[in-house]
Amino acid sequence: MAKVLMKGNEAIGAAAIKAGCKYFFGYPITPQNELPEYMSREMPKVGGVFLQAESEVSAINMVYGASGAGARVMTSSSSPGIALKQEGITYIAGAELPCVIVNIVRGGPGLGGIQPAQSDYNQVTRGGGNGDYKLLVYAPANLQEMVDLMQEAFDAADYYRNPVMMVGDGMIGQMMEPIEFKESKSRFELPLKDWVTTGTKEARKPNIINSLFLDPAELENHNIRLQAKYDAMKENEVKYEAYNLENAEIVIVAYGTTSRIVRNAIIDLKEQGINVGLIRPITLWPFPEKAFDLIPDSCKSVLSVEMSMGQMIDDIKIASNGRWPVHFYGRSGGMIPTPEGIIGKVKELVGGAK
Amino acid sequence: MAKGKVTFNQDICKGCGLCTTACPVKIVTMDTSKMNIKGFHPATVFEMDKCIGCANCAMMCPDSVITVERF
Amino acid sequence: MAVVFQKTKGLTDKETHYCPGCTHGIIHRLVAEVLEELDVLGDTIGVAPVGCSVLAYDYFNCDMQEASHGRAPAVATGIKRVQPDKVVFTYQGDGDLASIGTAEIVHVAHRGEKITTIFVNNAIYGMTGGQMAPTTLIGQRATTAPLGRTVEHSGMPLRVSEMLATIDGAAFVERVSVDTPANIRKTKKAIKEAFQCQIDRKGFSIVEVLSTCPTNWGMTPIDALKWLADNLIPYYPIGNFRRPGEEK
Repeated sequence: MAKVLMKGNEAIGAAAIKAGCKYFFGYPITPQNELPEYMSREMPKVGGVFLQAESEVSAINMVYGASGAGARVMTSSSSPGIALKQEGITYIAGAELPCVIVNIVRGGPGLGGIQPAQSDYNQVTRGGGNGDYKLLVYAPANLQEMVDLMQEAFDAADYYRNPVMMVGDGMIGQMMEPIEFKESKSRFELPLKDWVTTGTKEARKPNIINSLFLDPAELENHNIRLQAKYDAMKENEVKYEAYNLENAEIVIVAYGTTSRIVRNAIIDLKEQGINVGLIRPITLWPFPEKAFDLIPDSCKSVLSVEMSMGQMIDDIKIASNGRWPVHFYGRSGGMIPTPEGIIGKVKELVGGAK
Repeated sequence: MAKGKVTFNQDICKGCGLCTTACPVKIVTMDTSKMNIKGFHPATVFEMDKCIGCANCAMMCPDSVITVERF
Repeated sequence: MAVVFQKTKGLTDKETHYCPGCTHGIIHRLVAEVLEELDVLGDTIGVAPVGCSVLAYDYFNCDMQEASHGRAPAVATGIKRVQPDKVVFTYQGDGDLASIGTAEIVHVAHRGEKITTIFVNNAIYGMTGGQMAPTTLIGQRATTAPLGRTVEHSGMPLRVSEMLATIDGAAFVERVSVDTPANIRKTKKAIKEAFQCQIDRKGFSIVEVLSTCPTNWGMTPIDALKWLADNLIPYYPIGNFRRPGEEK
């Protein structure tokens, strides 16, 4: 299949449609507007439905209704809009509905900026809304990876009956890269959706989509059942990449486009005789804790590099479990880390270790 | 000669009394001599021979307590 | 002898949790009867609100979805866009629809979404214990307006039907009351017309039903019916504001 040069936001849309997504509800917000615009053009062509909702809040609730009625459905937004969606997302998780949510992250907090950031790590990995739940969160580093993950995102959502999030930073949304839309076989055996609200035809009992359990014993049981799903995700859905770990003195942890800048820095550092490894989470949740067991004895410290004030540090410390000190280097507000900046930090740490 | 007959599922009656306001011949009343399983005085009709089977009481009832028959 | 009135199969056997004399029971029954009579029960999906009727999903004998507060019209939109041949309705109170949900209800009217909304207006917040609603009357006491609502502090109560009737996509807008058998019959007629409007794909339909809340108004159910007639109907006039084919 030939490669196409596409803008990230549009590639997301194309990949979603290819994965069988037939319904999209969204709202304009920079820097993801090309995605709803693409969906408005392309959804009708495949017999699907695009609807621009009156707000992000309304859009996520339309996703709830559509998903409950059996649809393969998506919404997208960017950081402040994702914050608005949190109520809807927790209801979707509590009612055990599948959907895919795309977050093209921009600087925050509050209205923030429109340049790329990774400052939603906490928002996306800690559930985001009220209650005990998690999202399965993918953070591709390039457009090809994002397109490849889309089928899996929708299938995982259906399999686990849980919202799944695809996180890109503003660069992923805006950049253009050549991509190939490959045929992919689903990893998952998807059960029949016999729980959907499509009308009883007076031939079965009513199906009810709901997250309310007023009886505490019932709600506890519900939470225990949800937790079993998250345990299964931790067991089966972790994705990461380990790069150049052999004999590494320092291991950097970075994801998304930041990881590509880090990779360039690692190549430069190697030429200068400093051996640095990279653990690249592809799923932010579940976090690739086991990858840290691959870190060799040569490693003296772990460095988190993020486009934020440091949100992934906590998960790295948990995974490190006291084995290495954890440091941080980052840029914020839409400033992009440079290889020179990362190299400088590594040299500082290596100098200190010596 | 009664034109109608009403039956009350007294155990689901919440004793609200709305039915007593709806009856045009004023025969629906709360039976203060008994309590149903919920602890309410359930609605009833003592003078069934006056019932005209209009179903106003059943229309007024929030709990589908009343079934109405007409001759 | 012929049975002329019995419980509709549109309601489940579950006894409701509503207070004695609460008009939710009447309105639920009318909606259920209409769905049965239109023979659409098996093709209906309802959306329950947050409020006293949050448990409506246990009472209607059709597929149901529970929505977050105010968002039922958006949830219903999602359902209807996926299942355009099904009958979709929302059932909402005055806090759900006229306070937190004003964007959602305006926009289903704006889009002419082919759903039906049953709007239960009892001028107070029931489930949460009697707080002021956007529809609470001037001088009416509520737990968050202990001295009675005033215009200076909170503005005049919101007339939702009049407001929505200005929107083109709202094809059927009517306000009714359930305080007397005669008004209950008119309410059922309006609800039937509203659902027919959806089935005929004319646009968005809404029936605003003036209702009582004996518990939070602090009166008996019978007194509450009278209070409704004496106080709510004068401020919220009963009548049709819009129906398909009629220019107003």
